[in-house]
Amino acid sequence: MNLLDRTVMFTAALRRAGIPVSSAETVDAAAAVGALGWLDRDAVRAALAATLCKRPLYRPAFDTLFDLYFPPRIGDGVSLDDPDADQSADGALGEDATAEPGELTPEDLEALRRALRDELRDALRDGDDESLRSLARRAVNAFGSAPGSSGRSWFLYRALRAMSAETLIAELLAALLGDQERGGLAERAARQTIADRIRSFEEMVAAEVRRRMAEERGVEAIERTAVRPLDDQVEFLRASQRDLVELRRQVYPLARRLATRLTARRHLGRDGRLDFRRTVRASLATGGVPVETKHRPRKPHKPELVVLCDVSGSVSSFAHFTLMLTHALREQFTKVRAFAFIESTDEVTRFLRGLDLGDMMARIAREADLVYYDGHSDYGRAIEVFAERYSDAVGPRTSLLILGDARNNYRATSANVFRQLCGQARHSYWLNPEPRAYWGSGDSASEIYAELVDEMVECRNVDQLQQFIERLLPS
Amino acid sequence: MSLQEHAFADVAEVRERLGATGYLADEAIATTVFLADRLRKPLLVEGPAGVGKTELAKALASAVGAELIRLQCYEGLDEARALYEWNYKKQLLRIQAGSGEAGTQGWQQAHDDIFSEEFLLSRPLLTAIRREEPTVLLVDETDKADVEVEGLLLEVLSDFQVTIPELGTITATRKPFVILTSNATRELSEALKRRCLYLNLDYPSAEREKEIVLSRVPDLPEKLAEALVRVVRALRAMELKKAPSIAESIDWAHTVLALGFDTFDEAAVASTLGVVLKHASDQARAIDQLKLGSN
Repeated sequence: MNLLDRTVMFTAALRRAGIPVSSAETVDAAAAVGALGWLDRDAVRAALAATLCKRPLYRPAFDTLFDLYFPPRIGDGVSLDDPDADQSADGALGEDATAEPGELTPEDLEALRRALRDELRDALRDGDDESLRSLARRAVNAFGSAPGSSGRSWFLYRALRAMSAETLIAELLAALLGDQERGGLAERAARQTIADRIRSFEEMVAAEVRRRMAEERGVEAIERTAVRPLDDQVEFLRASQRDLVELRRQVYPLARRLATRLTARRHLGRDGRLDFRRTVRASLATGGVPVETKHRPRKPHKPELVVLCDVSGSVSSFAHFTLMLTHALREQFTKVRAFAFIESTDEVTRFLRGLDLGDMMARIAREADLVYYDGHSDYGRAIEVFAERYSDAVGPRTSLLILGDARNNYRATSANVFRQLCGQARHSYWLNPEPRAYWGSGDSASEIYAELVDEMVECRNVDQLQQFIERLLPS
Repeated sequence: MSLQEHAFADVAEVRERLGATGYLADEAIATTVFLADRLRKPLLVEGPAGVGKTELAKALASAVGAELIRLQCYEGLDEARALYEWNYKKQLLRIQAGSGEAGTQGWQQAHDDIFSEEFLLSRPLLTAIRREEPTVLLVDETDKADVEVEGLLLEVLSDFQVTIPELGTITATRKPFVILTSNATRELSEALKRRCLYLNLDYPSAEREKEIVLSRVPDLPEKLAEALVRVVRALRAMELKKAPSIAESIDWAHTVLALGFDTFDEAAVASTLGVVLKHASDQARAIDQLKLGSN
């Protein structure tokens, strides 16, 4: 197989991972690599990234696949061009280990582990990427494998545990800070530096493990598990803690994007009515010929938004995002009122002001009056309370937005009250974080509510949320 | 033909010559710039505000000895201000001045006159295409412009030609080096991205940022620069409304130098935090998390 075929396979893999690559871009990629040559792997990576990977969102998947399709070395990776690894202080040990790790005595292994850890400490202290990479390789080689049913298997966890970089933090801090006093700014900044370096080391180990797995089982087999779903496809309800941080980063740009979109719509064009007086006035400058027409500004559209948000445990991560989005959109709408509910409903608009998001969530949980009986969602009661206390919030210019999974724990739905609310509002939309196929199953009252609102929308990830809002807002 | 000339021989040369103008490029930047030069494709640079996107274009212009022509995008930018416009007022004057001449002959004459070079106001895109000397065309903050402008750019950037109905098609004699920047406030269209090489500029690594700060503020002691960069990175790791950019690190370095601090400790940071954090809530959070309030 030549490198061109490999490049084409790589673009196919990118497409499988959800990154759109056109054939024109594939041609560009080949031309780019042609201009650079294949000698420098980093340059090849940069060339392919410049031609194939055109959103930051795609970059992690791109890098993972690049490492799989264009591995920096093959096999144990200690031959030929890599003599440095074996010439270092623990060279002899390293060589034994790479040759046949199974045959080492436990004492030898322990000694090797200590030696590697010492090197790791030095490399982390100096931030030396080259030796970190070499260490990652040797650590995986020595500790990451176990004989499996078909050949050797490789495990990230084993390698990381053997190195246990976290346990070096104290020593590293001492080395970085020297005799400066502890606590406070210097320590905090140093900790950040160390954490960054350890994370990048762990990523190197992970990449190395993937590479060995791919050699053992073939690239295609590894590809599917290795590439994490793109951030805007991560499901709200299943997001892990790490996904959450990443997703949170996306919401602000999303809101800003929406905001510019909104204002752009408002300013776009000169559709306002002709201002005759100012047009004539301006024509004086051009000898009475009305070269430029003047227009009255259009009446600004002042939408009002009322958000009704389920914040119970089952949808908490979803609620988190919708509240953040509300928070971000607040500046764009003349009036945004937010209400949270579990069993009962309370206005949370006051928490949206001036605070940052973490505090906001904590205060809503602490201060808002949401629980009446046992803390399980009760849509019926929540809607009744809302209609009773805040029905004046919903007027003819209001867009009503309900966020929740409509899992009602088999309680009453108060459909009549809800129908009335929807009738009062100009638009009513329901965002449901559950897959459409589950609506109406079990205790879900989705189907009942779906008939009452203008539209119930499946909103499982950032991508769908974005699509929905782009569709909704201009109206 | 001059069209085929390449400005750089290899990636190392890109780095070197950008470095000579004071722009420290990392491997990815240098490689991508080199490719943009080789493949003659526009380069789309995307990234947060203040990481040196516009600076890259300026550095490139001075590195290759080209003139920088800048098209600043904004909401409502249209063809008349991006490409070309007829000078109506002057045309009107010409017609009025010539209104004495009678008959069709006079009108024909006037018609030919007023749609000539003299009455054409050339805007950045047209200027860049018509120039014979080396040119770097910077389309700044492309994301701020309306979607229609992207369509216009597509046409100009793929063929490097402009059609003016009254004058005919003007083709570039020498393709300009095009750099588009975007803050990613909205997604640019796939069609535009497909035609460009893409470079995502993010905050630099600690070492590179230190070098940048030192090259811009050479009087700053290295130890202070290192401490400053570490604090900036700690700030970026927090969830802030607006993370400090490189430009702000440099400002901070200037401030620290001007105020004559010799250590970058809690007091120094707390008293100058306003240089890098420009939201009250961000400042409160930083003071809280870095424990600056205690002294």
